[in-house]
Amino acid sequence: MKNILSRNIFKTIIPSLIIILFWAVSALGQTDSATADSSLSDSIAAMTGEVITSAADSTAAPVGGMFRTDRVAILVFMLIFSSAVLLYTRWARKGKELFVRKIPGIAAVEEAVGRATEMGKPVLFIPGISDVDEIETIAGLSILGRVAKITAQYDTPLSVPVRYPMVLAAGQEVVEQSYLEVGRHDSYDRDTVRYVAGEQFAFTATVNGWMVREKPAANIYMGAFFAESLLLAETGNAAGAIQIAGTARPEQLPFFIAACDYTLMGEELYAASSYLSREPLLLGGLKGQDFVKVLIILAIILGIIMTRLGYGEFYSDIFDVS
Amino acid sequence: MRSTLPVMVAFISGIVMVISFFFNPERTFLGRLQDDILQWVTIVGGFTLVLGVFSIVRVNARAVARKSEGWFFKLMTVVSVLAMALPSILPTSVNSAFGKLFYAIFPASWGSLFGTGPGSIYDTLFIYVDSPMMETMFATLAFYIASAAYRAFRARSAEALLLLLTACLVMLWRIPMGEAFLRLFSDSLPDYINMYVMNGFNLSVQRGIIIGAALGIASMSLRILLGIERTYMGKG
Repeated sequence: MKNILSRNIFKTIIPSLIIILFWAVSALGQTDSATADSSLSDSIAAMTGEVITSAADSTAAPVGGMFRTDRVAILVFMLIFSSAVLLYTRWARKGKELFVRKIPGIAAVEEAVGRATEMGKPVLFIPGISDVDEIETIAGLSILGRVAKITAQYDTPLSVPVRYPMVLAAGQEVVEQSYLEVGRHDSYDRDTVRYVAGEQFAFTATVNGWMVREKPAANIYMGAFFAESLLLAETGNAAGAIQIAGTARPEQLPFFIAACDYTLMGEELYAASSYLSREPLLLGGLKGQDFVKVLIILAIILGIIMTRLGYGEFYSDIFDVS
Repeated sequence: MRSTLPVMVAFISGIVMVISFFFNPERTFLGRLQDDILQWVTIVGGFTLVLGVFSIVRVNARAVARKSEGWFFKLMTVVSVLAMALPSILPTSVNSAFGKLFYAIFPASWGSLFGTGPGSIYDTLFIYVDSPMMETMFATLAFYIASAAYRAFRARSAEALLLLLTACLVMLWRIPMGEAFLRLFSDSLPDYINMYVMNGFNLSVQRGIIIGAALGIASMSLRILLGIERTYMGKG
């Protein structure tokens, strides 16, 4: 049961095929005639239990069937991308050696925690200031799991201030599980992950005050950051901590680069958890991502050529999504 | 079960969201599922607020009870949380929930002090205490930018010198006086900076980062959806 999903990942293509089937059915039902359109919506209304109160209701819906034909380009991309990631994951499972370039920022995480252990000072980890529905926050929590394992092994104090209660609950679960996995559950303190404030700058003021007082040896910022990025990173720099940051927001990257020792840019943040765990399955996903990146580069080059040849509009229409 | 159930929930929710994205909300219930799930996220999020309040009160109250270093400030934190939260949830009139019971004990004239309306305790604290403090914190950013720029723009190498020159040009272009100064050399100079520096080098690099990040998001989402990635639960 534990690995039921990962063992049968190819079976998850089925939902995508169902989508295509629905699209084909709805495309067959498409005509320009209002009568057919209305009869289609009537039959769907009957299927879904909707009540159509007037003729206007049946014609108010966008032209087309159940399927959003304006999003076909996204569906095609999704299928190509999913296939590439799953294919490389499968190769990784079979033991194929996959090369992943060295990312200095990620490699420095263990070094930073080691430094904190030597100095007998705490490690500060901030999983961004967004809620748990942001994928950047989830990426931050994934890295927190790895960092917590290292701090648990070295018995280094860890502090994780958060801005949202949902992140608090998830963060506490992640840290506790990490301590449990390395057999140090007795060292786990529930208040390692703590809620400090819901306001952006109240959160920043609290964390900055803590940094100035406690002088952490290592500050790790991984997740979604906004205007507070420089306030945090500069204070950490002044407090003399080794700093590693990671965010996917281009507008915050210059601040982190200026004030931190290492910065993970964009996709590196999402790659960090796979890189740290060194699990072939996760590294396979990274390789699949790189393959799609090559396809995108080729598509851009082809677009330039097509534009020069006068087919630019036709080419951009292929990628047009509403 | 502790790890299987969250993976199953993530898988089902994710698949529903993906399917819903491709269906017409006006034509089928499948298209409306996305909004329904997002509403549930908001509802669950509301309940977790209690967790946050418990956490902040427990951590600080423990420090106050032990009289540990800085206990007075921690006490102020707890008092501030209660000062903002309690008056905002008290009944504003006899007709409110629990209003009859509350105003049997307290004078009805106190009604305007509660809730979150204009003139209430919550509103006064927000406008005259909370907002100015937030604005002060944000305003300090200018000094932090100055110190970070001082470190970043030191011309210790050819790349740093290039960064320094580019930064100077962009900063001049951004302010009216600087733009007037640039126009002394050429009327087209500000336009060139906009065209080649901001919408050229800068935008192309930003797009590269954004495309990479988008692929990273898609890849991670897929790994989470399929249960391959469980590191966000502390596993692996």
